[in-house]
Amino acid sequence: MTISIDSQDPNTNSLQPKGWLRYFSFSLDHKVIGIQYLVCGFLFYLIGGTLASAIRIELASPMSDFMPRDVYNQVLTLHGTIMIFLWIVPVVNGAFGNYLIPFYVGARDMAFPRLNAVAFWLIPPSGLMLVASYFVEGAAQAGWTAYPPLSITTPQSGQIIWIMSVLLLGGSSIFGGINFIATIIKLRRPGLKLMQLPMYCWAMLGTSLLVVLSTPVLAGTLILLSFDIVAHTGFFNPVLGGNVVVYQHLFWFYSHPAVYIMVLPAFGLVSEILPVHSRKPLFGYTTMVFSIMGIVVLGLVVWAHHMFTSGTPPWMRLFFTIATAFIAVPTGIKFFNWVATLWGGKISINSAMLFSCGFIINFVFGGITGVALAQVPFDIHVHDTYFVVAHFHYIVYGGTVFIIFSSIYHWFPKVTGKLMSEKLGILHFAITFIGFNLCFAPQHWLGLNGMPRRVAEYDPQFQFVNQISSVGALLMAISTIPFLVNIFLSIKNGKDSGDNPWNALTPEWLTSSPPPVENWEGEAPLVEEPYGYGKPINQEN
Amino acid sequence: MTTLDSSKEIKKKESEVSEHNEDFRMFGLITFLIADGMTFAGFFAAYLTYKAVNPLPDGAIYELELPIPTLNTILLLVSSATFHKAGKALLKNKNSDTQKWLIVTALLGITFLICQLFEYFNLPFGLTDNLFASTFYALTGFHGLHVTLGTLMILIISWQTRPKEGRITNQNMFPLEAVELYWHFVDGIWVILFIILYLL
Repeated sequence: MTISIDSQDPNTNSLQPKGWLRYFSFSLDHKVIGIQYLVCGFLFYLIGGTLASAIRIELASPMSDFMPRDVYNQVLTLHGTIMIFLWIVPVVNGAFGNYLIPFYVGARDMAFPRLNAVAFWLIPPSGLMLVASYFVEGAAQAGWTAYPPLSITTPQSGQIIWIMSVLLLGGSSIFGGINFIATIIKLRRPGLKLMQLPMYCWAMLGTSLLVVLSTPVLAGTLILLSFDIVAHTGFFNPVLGGNVVVYQHLFWFYSHPAVYIMVLPAFGLVSEILPVHSRKPLFGYTTMVFSIMGIVVLGLVVWAHHMFTSGTPPWMRLFFTIATAFIAVPTGIKFFNWVATLWGGKISINSAMLFSCGFIINFVFGGITGVALAQVPFDIHVHDTYFVVAHFHYIVYGGTVFIIFSSIYHWFPKVTGKLMSEKLGILHFAITFIGFNLCFAPQHWLGLNGMPRRVAEYDPQFQFVNQISSVGALLMAISTIPFLVNIFLSIKNGKDSGDNPWNALTPEWLTSSPPPVENWEGEAPLVEEPYGYGKPINQEN
Repeated sequence: MTTLDSSKEIKKKESEVSEHNEDFRMFGLITFLIADGMTFAGFFAAYLTYKAVNPLPDGAIYELELPIPTLNTILLLVSSATFHKAGKALLKNKNSDTQKWLIVTALLGITFLICQLFEYFNLPFGLTDNLFASTFYALTGFHGLHVTLGTLMILIISWQTRPKEGRITNQNMFPLEAVELYWHFVDGIWVILFIILYLL
């Protein structure tokens, strides 16, 4: 490990700045890059959240009185793109992946440290480009899906900047994916077998396979779309003989796997957190591994369930309905494994655990509506309504964002050597959980009753339920305050956590907190049983 | 004593590790090429779908002739063989032979690009004429971009294999092997492209 890194980067240590300055440098240390991803992603989360608040304020009344209709479309486009490409994907993959994977495989850094730094430093400029695209004349307003012909007929300069930015972010994502696959497969310490890896490694391996196989297709599609806008070719322009449905197929070939790119790492993270805080081994390790790989394979062949109303032929509907319903099997296995891990455990009710349990509850709800949406007759009824918005946010916010917060509470002592305040953490959880469910649960009802999404105005009969939803959104916005206060107070004068406050057995806790530059003072420990809790050898009280 | 022993132990372990990790750069490159191949796969899928469902409108011209692309296929296949020769020569420590073969490969690449441009200028349709014309230019153009980058990389590594001062030797063959794999990949894509665009 040291040999490979030293031979590539003889100046790793001498040229790097120390202290907080290193977070603003082209650092090659995977831990620094992980934190860079996390903080950068969180800043974009605040921007995306502000936009979400603007959307909910607009929807508090049936008329478009808070902003004009086209501005509303621009705001929701920017909200979706920022949250997906700059918050969830970089944080749940890049931040936690970079911080944890080298520890888990027993390496001193990622396989390609320089590529890793490049992958991160593509994000801030392309994020700024994306935000800037809002301020040029003709900001993108075709939604995060950028469906033609809307994206090629509306004013276009903002759309082009939007495409450039998403292309760069896709490149960053692919570089990260290559790095994770190479690190997990090739950089494992000698003696560590694949089936002994912590579950997050498997989740990241599956996610990275999806990134490598599907993100390039999105890149190609967006290049063709930009040709349509700039050079007036007709790939997706029906007026010039093109075919919009081809865009949808290519787009969803990436963007359905993208849902798993956003949620599989969260599966991995929750599988790390639950055993530690319930003092039990992870239930059904092998089935977990096969479920992840099953989701990867199935995730690549279900994309057209987003297109049941796009004139898809019956055989296609049949195939994609069945394939989608099958995904419920591996996902269900994982759900039952988590519950079985908790069952009979010595559960500590702390912020990390609460957010993880919140994830399980929200995720199972989002999963059930997902299976419902896979059925053609039902999907045609609720297509492009608020039912879809509710389902999606239950997976991505109720699922992944809850796990991001859970992971921050869990690994904060690792990164800083300080404990976070549990009181503020539980307050944060309570407001987030109530606010989230208040915001999105009523939207199922709205969708079933036919309120379309992505429209600034709606039928006045929906006003009351929309206002409940907006109150929920307000609570979600407020919930960020105790979290930020907690972070700042804990960094400044949090209690010393010691090296291993949770008595965890996974390798990242078997070094000092915060860890030294090359992760271990001596040799990396060989952890053959990362979940060996509840056995007499640990001498737990 | 114990510290000495353990440091020896660590040394031994590290050499094991480096042997174990020897090929991870090549592994990363293969992963990248799979990703790159998926971009082409997306383009091919789009082209084949258009072919299946979008009829050519009346009066639209989309005709391709075979001689130049056939010549181009031969050029690229030969260039793969000459690149292979370059690698063999480096294994025998004959750096100047390697350099010669690399330059031959680069020249074949440049000839390919010139032929491609010649074809572009003599085609009866332009980029925006119709759907198939656009897809044709997008696919061949994207492939041509790969050939251009490959040719540049071959020129760079042929400079780096110069005898005595060059950094690529048979002790450090990775850059050459990496570009070689990339070049074979680009050739393979061309063969698929030739079959799908010209022969089907």
